[in-house]
Amino acid sequence: MSDVKTPEAIYVTEALIAEDIDAYLDQHQHKTMLRFITCGSVDDGKSTLIGRLLYDSKMIFEDQLDALALDSKKVGTQGQEIDFALLVDGLAAEREQGITIDVAYRFFNTEKRKFIVADCPGHEQYTRNMVTGASTADLAVILIDARKGVLVQTRRHSYLCHLIGITNMVLAVNKMDLVDYSEARFNEILADYTAFAHSIGITEFTAMPISGFKGDNIIGASDNTPWYKGPNLVEHLEAVEVNSARDAGKAFRMPVQWVNRPNLDFRGFAGLIASGSVKPGDAIRVLPSGKTSSVTRVVTMPSAGFAGETAGDGDLDEAMAGQSVTVCFADEIDCSRGSVITAADNPPEVADQFEATLVWMDDAPLNVGRAYWLKLGTQLVSATVQAPKYAVNVNDAGGSGSHVAVKTLELNAIGVAELATDKPIVFEAYAENRTLGGFILIDKMTNRTVAAGMLHFSLRRAQNVHWQATDITRGDHADLKNQTARVLWFTGLSGSGKSTIANEVEKALNLMNRHTFLLDGDNVRHGLNKDLGFTEADRIENIRRVGEVAKLMADAGLIVLTAFISPFKADRDLVRGMLPEGEFIEVFVDTPLAVAEARDVKGLYKKARAGTLKNFTGIDSPYEPPASPEIRVNTVEMSAQEAAAHIIRQLMPLK
Amino acid sequence: MARTLTHLERLEAESIHIIREVVAEADKPVMLYSVGKDSAVMLHLARKAFYPSPPPFPLLHVDTTWKFKAMYELRARMAELSGMELLVYKNPEAVEKGINPFDHGALHTDMWKTEGLKQALDKYGFDVAFGGARRDEEKSRAKERIFSFRTASHGWDPKNQRPELWNIYNAKKSKGESIRCFPISNWTELDVWQYIHLNDIPIVPLYFAGMRPTVERDGMLLMVDDDRFPLRPGEVPVMRSVRFRTLGCYPLTGAVESTASTLPEVIQETLLTTTSERQGRAIDKDAGGAGMEKKKQEGYF
Repeated sequence: MSDVKTPEAIYVTEALIAEDIDAYLDQHQHKTMLRFITCGSVDDGKSTLIGRLLYDSKMIFEDQLDALALDSKKVGTQGQEIDFALLVDGLAAEREQGITIDVAYRFFNTEKRKFIVADCPGHEQYTRNMVTGASTADLAVILIDARKGVLVQTRRHSYLCHLIGITNMVLAVNKMDLVDYSEARFNEILADYTAFAHSIGITEFTAMPISGFKGDNIIGASDNTPWYKGPNLVEHLEAVEVNSARDAGKAFRMPVQWVNRPNLDFRGFAGLIASGSVKPGDAIRVLPSGKTSSVTRVVTMPSAGFAGETAGDGDLDEAMAGQSVTVCFADEIDCSRGSVITAADNPPEVADQFEATLVWMDDAPLNVGRAYWLKLGTQLVSATVQAPKYAVNVNDAGGSGSHVAVKTLELNAIGVAELATDKPIVFEAYAENRTLGGFILIDKMTNRTVAAGMLHFSLRRAQNVHWQATDITRGDHADLKNQTARVLWFTGLSGSGKSTIANEVEKALNLMNRHTFLLDGDNVRHGLNKDLGFTEADRIENIRRVGEVAKLMADAGLIVLTAFISPFKADRDLVRGMLPEGEFIEVFVDTPLAVAEARDVKGLYKKARAGTLKNFTGIDSPYEPPASPEIRVNTVEMSAQEAAAHIIRQLMPLK
Repeated sequence: MARTLTHLERLEAESIHIIREVVAEADKPVMLYSVGKDSAVMLHLARKAFYPSPPPFPLLHVDTTWKFKAMYELRARMAELSGMELLVYKNPEAVEKGINPFDHGALHTDMWKTEGLKQALDKYGFDVAFGGARRDEEKSRAKERIFSFRTASHGWDPKNQRPELWNIYNAKKSKGESIRCFPISNWTELDVWQYIHLNDIPIVPLYFAGMRPTVERDGMLLMVDDDRFPLRPGEVPVMRSVRFRTLGCYPLTGAVESTASTLPEVIQETLLTTTSERQGRAIDKDAGGAGMEKKKQEGYF
């Protein structure tokens, strides 16, 4: 450690702490907070830089330093010197492999600010972790190894930071000690990076030559770089504007988390203010209902503590972006979790079709047309994503984010696509408001967070295509036929007997003078869906179209029978959601795989087993059985006629 | 021009937001209450989140029967003040076998705390449990998500954590899974102390210096809190002015010699000290550098 410089300015002013703790506490109490991320290629020295910041700000305790010295000798990569990277690589697997896998959060203070640093992994397979770290950051430090210059990862990470909306960027050219603090080398890298940055729309960044390992330009100007006149890293971090301060100047928006109703006299709406400010007397509008009222109280708990001394808070005169409060209205208007309270004269849009950028974060690729949960603020809706318009290639030679045509999005891919929600949501463009424009997609089966999304704008057709009201209703159609419209949705393996049983049911209904129509899988694929294949995405689209057709026929008053394998629960639920409650009757033709395969009426199982037929349900593509179908028939114990009779009995009465 | 919120205002708002999200989305949440200073802050934040309602979930103390007497006193007082239900769970097997830190070593923590917690969560069917862990405490905690998922057997898989974006939390869980939620993840030890100071939050008096009977053993100063403490030959309790930086089972928690009797003095000492907070606890020293990571994989909070 002998050649490591002692920090010139010690952040935690020990003298002040020792002499006047109250003055120090007062200073600390009024500090602001900056969250930033460090990113760059593997071995650019991210962890070392953070270790350095912690060390210089005395956030490393003696016992941790002892453990660190021991670890450094055992697994360190710096010979006998202390390896700061070991301080931040927290997981055992990370220390063993000498790489950062997951985002680590670290904390340090200066006299002006508290800092939360997200140390993000560099490898491409951990892009999702980097995006996670970036999503809460006010600033990004992009590290470059002075010996290596701008690399693929540098471009990728810069693009991601820009994408996620970080406007404060620091280009830290690290390991300057290893290039003899060469100004020429620094300028060369700066020129390279500037050209790239402009090509992807980054207009402003601050570049500085540093050495995380030796401590140059971290705190105070380094004697080794007399040619550099800009700010040192810590000085810069202390000065930049944080996001919440910027958001406070915008129009008021607060997503409602929870309705607080302890008794009949109090009804408040709890939330974190996303933008703007609010005070008693303000006129507000609640979306999506559009109802208006005015604010009577902005409530927080009085911190009387328990000692009886009032320390502050209680009702506020005004609250601003970044604060968690409870707001009361003058009128009893409809407002619940998922609603957004907004300035009455400046509300955001409500829509159900959007264009968005998606960062795909799951091993399973995007299923076009499949329904996912979409969570935006406190709103949770079902959403389907269209085929991506394009994916962004951030690894190409120029790194300019060129567009690539793709059919889906794989892990770590970034693409732009249109999506539709089942209910209108309150939103703003991500560039305007992170809270009302940023969302996640959740897989309905695995519950995993599969994508991060950023809304660009609503599609005008969502606003301009309205339902045309007609005088003859769907009820009128069905009444004339002396029946209740229904969709009997037969699902089961290939060869389970769906078509045979559906055919028997239709024959029986026809004898009873009912108006029916049977949509059969194979028949539909010869016409309406002849452009679709058997990939997972195409199968989802197949079912969606059949669902829409079935719905139109049910609107016309028919009893519709459909016979499709329809292997995915999410897709069947999508169709269920299209129809009025009670009209979707899921009929599970429950035939074990072995029985269906033994029948093999069309010889398909043989082909699938031989590998000549791909994506065959039950063999190399999953079948998700219904958990609680309206009707279940067992074709091992029942004949097709018995199964049909059982189904008809379940349907009675028909009107 | 709007003012910029202070770091404590931002931390408080974030924690309250997290606690409310859990209540809005969980089926049956519970707050783990260990009676320490972090629990004190977490409880205060929960009360603030739902004021004027009391927090709509119970407190759960996984008891080892070996906590300091002063902790049991504060526990009772806080349950009454908060108006929340207090559940106390003691692993019946540990009770029966008389598991204690003197005779059973690591088994003490395993049975009372790790096993006890799993049993309690299973018994009541809680799907989300709030914990007061902070990311600045320990290396593996620095990498844990705010919503941290556990398998049906309560294990943690550090390599398979859900990405956590902006302040949107995915609380959807599969059958058998449960969630540990850490609303004060981003607080540091200093933040906790300062918040307690600013809001006058009651804490166990053991955090302040006082004359207490102690013995020096294996490099730690242990307090003889009751007559269950088996003295070794030659050991005589000595009255020393000590305080505790962290509180757990009294036979496992090292005291530091101190005269700090007010919060500012405690904070002063904390800032000028050269050893980290958990150093007073024996639990982190198992299994080399990965002690806590391993414990968490096994189901420790």
